Amino acid sequence: MTTAPLSLYEKRKGVYPKAIDGFYRRLKWAVMVVTLAIYWITPWLRWDRGPYAPDQAVLIDLANRRFYMFAIEIWPHEFYYVAGLLVMAGIGLFLVTSAVGRAWCGYACPQTVWTDLYQHVERFMDGDRNAQIRLAKAPWSISKIARRIAKWSVWLVIAFGTGGAWIFYFADAPTLQHQFWTGTAATVAYATVAVLTATTFVLGGFMREQVCIYMCPWPRIQTAMLDEKSLVVTYKHWRGERRGSLKKAQAQPDAFGDCIDCDQCVAVCPTGIDIREGPQIGCITCALCIDACDKVMAQVGRPRGLIDYCTEDDATAEKAGRAPRSVIRSLLHVRTLVYLTLWSGIGGAMLFALGTRTRIDISAQQDRNPIAVRLSDGAIRNAYMVKLRNMESRPRTMRVAVEGLPGASLWTDRDDRGDARAAIDTIVPADSVAKLRIFLAVPGAGPARQDFAFTVRATDREGGTDREAAHFERPQ
Amino acid sequence: MADPTRSKIDQPTGTPTMGHEWDGIEELDTPLPRWWLWTFYACILFSIGYVVAYPAWPLIDSYTTGMLGWSSRGDLAREMATQAEKVAPIHRAIAATPIDELPARPALMQAAVEGGRAAFKVHCVQCHGSGAAGSKGYPNLNDDDWLWGGDLATIEKTIVDGIRNPDHAETRISIMPAFGRDQLMTAQQVDDVVAHVRTISGQQKGDAASQRGATLFADNCAVCHGVAGEGNRQLGAPKLTDGIWLYGGDGESLHQTVWNSRQGVMPRWGDRLDAATVRMLAVYVHSLGGGEAAPR
Repeated sequence: MTTAPLSLYEKRKGVYPKAIDGFYRRLKWAVMVVTLAIYWITPWLRWDRGPYAPDQAVLIDLANRRFYMFAIEIWPHEFYYVAGLLVMAGIGLFLVTSAVGRAWCGYACPQTVWTDLYQHVERFMDGDRNAQIRLAKAPWSISKIARRIAKWSVWLVIAFGTGGAWIFYFADAPTLQHQFWTGTAATVAYATVAVLTATTFVLGGFMREQVCIYMCPWPRIQTAMLDEKSLVVTYKHWRGERRGSLKKAQAQPDAFGDCIDCDQCVAVCPTGIDIREGPQIGCITCALCIDACDKVMAQVGRPRGLIDYCTEDDATAEKAGRAPRSVIRSLLHVRTLVYLTLWSGIGGAMLFALGTRTRIDISAQQDRNPIAVRLSDGAIRNAYMVKLRNMESRPRTMRVAVEGLPGASLWTDRDDRGDARAAIDTIVPADSVAKLRIFLAVPGAGPARQDFAFTVRATDREGGTDREAAHFERPQ
Repeated sequence: MADPTRSKIDQPTGTPTMGHEWDGIEELDTPLPRWWLWTFYACILFSIGYVVAYPAWPLIDSYTTGMLGWSSRGDLAREMATQAEKVAPIHRAIAATPIDELPARPALMQAAVEGGRAAFKVHCVQCHGSGAAGSKGYPNLNDDDWLWGGDLATIEKTIVDGIRNPDHAETRISIMPAFGRDQLMTAQQVDDVVAHVRTISGQQKGDAASQRGATLFADNCAVCHGVAGEGNRQLGAPKLTDGIWLYGGDGESLHQTVWNSRQGVMPRWGDRLDAATVRMLAVYVHSLGGGEAAPR
């Protein structure tokens, strides 16, 4: 039975992670530099696509509904490539999770990267853990307000840089930057920057581990995905317990384990948990506690790895005194292989499709009201809205004809039946869709419904063809 | 909600439970973060503001309108007014451009076709059908057969002045006699004329009846429909040799037509619609596939 009155709501407990150096901290530095560099540099990379297309390497052109990624250009009707990429991202996360646990959470998640960045700023401005705690507890004074304003200003600058960079993915970056500073950019650009600046500031500066623990669905999903073969940060309690201070342990070496209860693992934890309580939802497996513990173990002259990346299988083996599995074997098990196969299968299929796709496309939609019109000479006319897609960044001449409909003659709504012919030539501008309303007349009687195909052929040297099945209908 | 004073503590986690148990499974009563509570309060505050500002509560026969006076119907009216304002210059330009000069101005022409498409759905579909394919007695506007002419200016005149409006001087008018009803022909003679018409339109082979009919046709019908049945657009007299029949080309329908005559009418839209709308309708009808070039 509880004695303290039960609170339904809980105030956030401050987390002031201590600075630490070590292998995993350096890995995190590297990942942070790489991911932030990718985020900030990508929109400024250029890629020459000729005079008719933008020269930004990565561009999500929502206004014109085009997605550019280096040599790849995606049209809205090819959105399955983007869907495929998202599926790959999903399976990729599953793969990473089943192989190395919550590595995404610990190293690459933007929430982690930006929180880490904000915490570095915090340490730089306010000092390390103890100084931060002192400052937090201190009553509000001029100096405390000044320090808070200074820290929040730096955070705001970073937040503004973060939100500001986002919009450059959606328009030509140099142009948009000029427009942005001269006040001529679209309202949505300013609104986006404002919203993302606010979310970065709040999520990175104040919400931090609350996002991981309460807001993000991913830890829950990952919890379900982890199994006895997944790497998790593990406190080897069979080696550490019973924990006690160094002095006691030295006095009675047999009664105590390796853990000297120095709480360094708790002090460095960015989510404020105690890893010695076992795997938990708050653990993002950033491995900083491993660095902290290794450092302490080195100082007290005990082997490293009291806290270490370890699978549950290996933990069982180690407890029983058996040798752990080799790294390769623990990485390559059935689940990782299945995910890897799926992931590379989808990736391979997409690459194949990208390599073999045509950049010329025809689609035809038959008029439904009326379907067929009887002309005064007895011929039957059907009409179609034919769309020709030229997905290359240069204008091309295309020839539309029909196949499998003897006696058919074609004309468009720009000319009349006197100009009817067997094929229609048209110039489709670079990187765009030409719409042709095509009338198609066939003399004499025939079946109520006849299958045929529209064909399109680029008449230039490179060529390229496409066809679209259609029907010709007659009133009965 | 569980009574907090009676909560148990779950031993492994040290967290109080909700006090309920299902098959030995107990629900932990983990406290919500306080910021979540603030978010909840903020939502309540927002909803109060929303109720004050916007329509919210249903009443017996109305509803609370809110202080901003917003309504979705008002939004629509504003949008319609904005749109009308936006297209007004285009309509003025269309009204100011003679219809034969529209095709030379593609942007205006396209706007006219689209505007005509919209106006057609409001004013014309009742008789001509939503696809302008017509029905018995109402011409199909998609084909290349025109009673009064199919170039832009002629179509526009037909729409402006209408057909067979007896109270209007400019209307298109022609009266086919009711040959049977008015006893200008006997039933046998009507059948003979029908046989001739079906012969010249290629629906049956010539025989004695059609030969008798040919003479009757020359005497009674050729003055309007032409010696060979080629029709006369000045009089709105249909061509009788093609495959298109407004009232049907079978013997029975043709007998009815010759016996009783046909007198299709169309309102004069010039009195009801503004010049731009009529012009757009003419351009739209012309664009349906049967439009003809202006006569030179």
